[in-house]
Amino acid sequence: MFALLPDNPSERITVHVDGNTVGVPPGFTAAAAMLLHGASSTRTTPVTGEPRAPYCMMGVCFECLMQIDGEPNQQGCLVTVVEGMRIERQLGKCKVDE
Amino acid sequence: MSAVHDLAIIGAGPAGMAAAVMAAELRLSTVVLDEQPEPGGQIYRGIERLAATRSRHLELLGPDYALGLELTRAFRASSIEYLSGTQVWQVEPAGRIFYRRNDVAGILQAKKILIAPGAMERPMPVPGWTLPGVLTCGAGQTVLKANGLAPKGRFVLAGCGPLLLLLAAQLTRCGIKPTAILQTTFNRWAAAPHLLGFLGAPGYLIKGLGLLRELKAAGIPIHNVSRFAIKGDTQARAVEFVCNGAARTIEVDTVFLHQGVVPNSNLAWSLNLDHRWDDVQRCYHPKLDAWGRASNAAVLVAGDAGGIVGAKGAEFMGLIAAAAAAVDLGKVGAEQAEERTRDAKTALNKQRAARPFLDHLYRPEQRWIAPPEPDTIVCRCEEVRAGEIRRLVTEQNCPGPNQLKSFVRCGMGPCQGRLCGLTAVEMIAESRGVPVSEVGYYRIRPPIKPVTIGDLATLDVPERSDAVHM
Repeated sequence: MFALLPDNPSERITVHVDGNTVGVPPGFTAAAAMLLHGASSTRTTPVTGEPRAPYCMMGVCFECLMQIDGEPNQQGCLVTVVEGMRIERQLGKCKVDE
Repeated sequence: MSAVHDLAIIGAGPAGMAAAVMAAELRLSTVVLDEQPEPGGQIYRGIERLAATRSRHLELLGPDYALGLELTRAFRASSIEYLSGTQVWQVEPAGRIFYRRNDVAGILQAKKILIAPGAMERPMPVPGWTLPGVLTCGAGQTVLKANGLAPKGRFVLAGCGPLLLLLAAQLTRCGIKPTAILQTTFNRWAAAPHLLGFLGAPGYLIKGLGLLRELKAAGIPIHNVSRFAIKGDTQARAVEFVCNGAARTIEVDTVFLHQGVVPNSNLAWSLNLDHRWDDVQRCYHPKLDAWGRASNAAVLVAGDAGGIVGAKGAEFMGLIAAAAAAVDLGKVGAEQAEERTRDAKTALNKQRAARPFLDHLYRPEQRWIAPPEPDTIVCRCEEVRAGEIRRLVTEQNCPGPNQLKSFVRCGMGPCQGRLCGLTAVEMIAESRGVPVSEVGYYRIRPPIKPVTIGDLATLDVPERSDAVHM
């Protein structure tokens, strides 16, 4: 859906987006990593299962809720990536592990 | 809990940064809490990193963005405590602040609290606005500034307002051309009587005309539309609109929506600050005195959160509010504060005088505020649709937004009404045939940001003497 502009620095941080190992520039948020490398829909709603994706990218809409390093319901647009971060789509309601 | 701060500033955009610089100069012990990882707010988002690593992009984004560098440097150089990446979930009226940082919860105490959470984009509930591939213009600009990201494939910008034109121009300069701009509102006749004030603000007219000229030269069509919908199955595929009475469809991969900006108000509401309805900007503003003091004695508000003033205006408001806090704390005399803020007040008045023109020019019509199509989603989190809200008001006598919560959980999802609040109150007012001010707003309660039980468990709270042990 999105692509990097030319003249971006070449430094990359390795993260795992839905299991795919990819590189993103430093300073990226998890939601930005999804826009660059993820599927068009990054979650399905707990109410009806509609597909959704990042919308405001500034922390107000909560559409970019995703699973980060196994932790569900994270606002992906407020989390800066670090080396080895696992970023995953969040499908439907979250469950507590038994 | 550490020592009590003189001043806690929430938000590190232009208002928060300018306030911090002034507070440090006036020797207030100051802490700044900001949700973002770097200073700049949304308007100067990512500016330090961009200047250091992508200076070519700085040129493409234009001089107004580059202005933020100077303020950011002054902020960094000031002797304040800066907590980035910090989510404030509760502010108590007496000055205790609860926050979460690096997965640990914390509390701090301040004598004065200056809230500067900035603006957010007005919700634009149109058919299909929840589809993946639909983002706000602010989001488009954020990823452009902070990440050097641009949309792939065909895209349109729809709605109205300066930010929409600016984003279109910035992307065009990067060689990423929109297929079209679909303008929903352009009330030139309503705006005309306010032209004089607009001309008094330095550079506004030249900038506006410059953007329009730039887009025209690039061959980007601007269609004035009277209907607009986004179509798609699992993502946006096309936009349908009516222009000059003719229905048209454009295939797209991405849509950027924008309907102006409104105060980011959940923090102010959670503090029970008195608000008033602004019928031109179609949003609530906290009631403030000329210095930014709110109805709660410990609280001041600066920047767009106090009513939309733009980045420069926000900076002046921040500076003025910090001086007021210093006066109230006895750190500086009223006359000295008057002296130090005189230029800022003059400049702020010029910025303010420019607003009515823009506010009228881009005041959204009712159909963009209260969606006429019954199936359009209003509350994105709980998936409450326009038809249901109308039915509840007219058939079930649902009188206000808080009752709407009880009926259908409207405004009770993760975003806590941020993306449906204004739509809900406008729709209820319309259905009841009363002014919005009579309908009120959601009662916003802390936590205003999600907080887990695990976070709470990390809190170091002094034990209460009346605690009951079981």
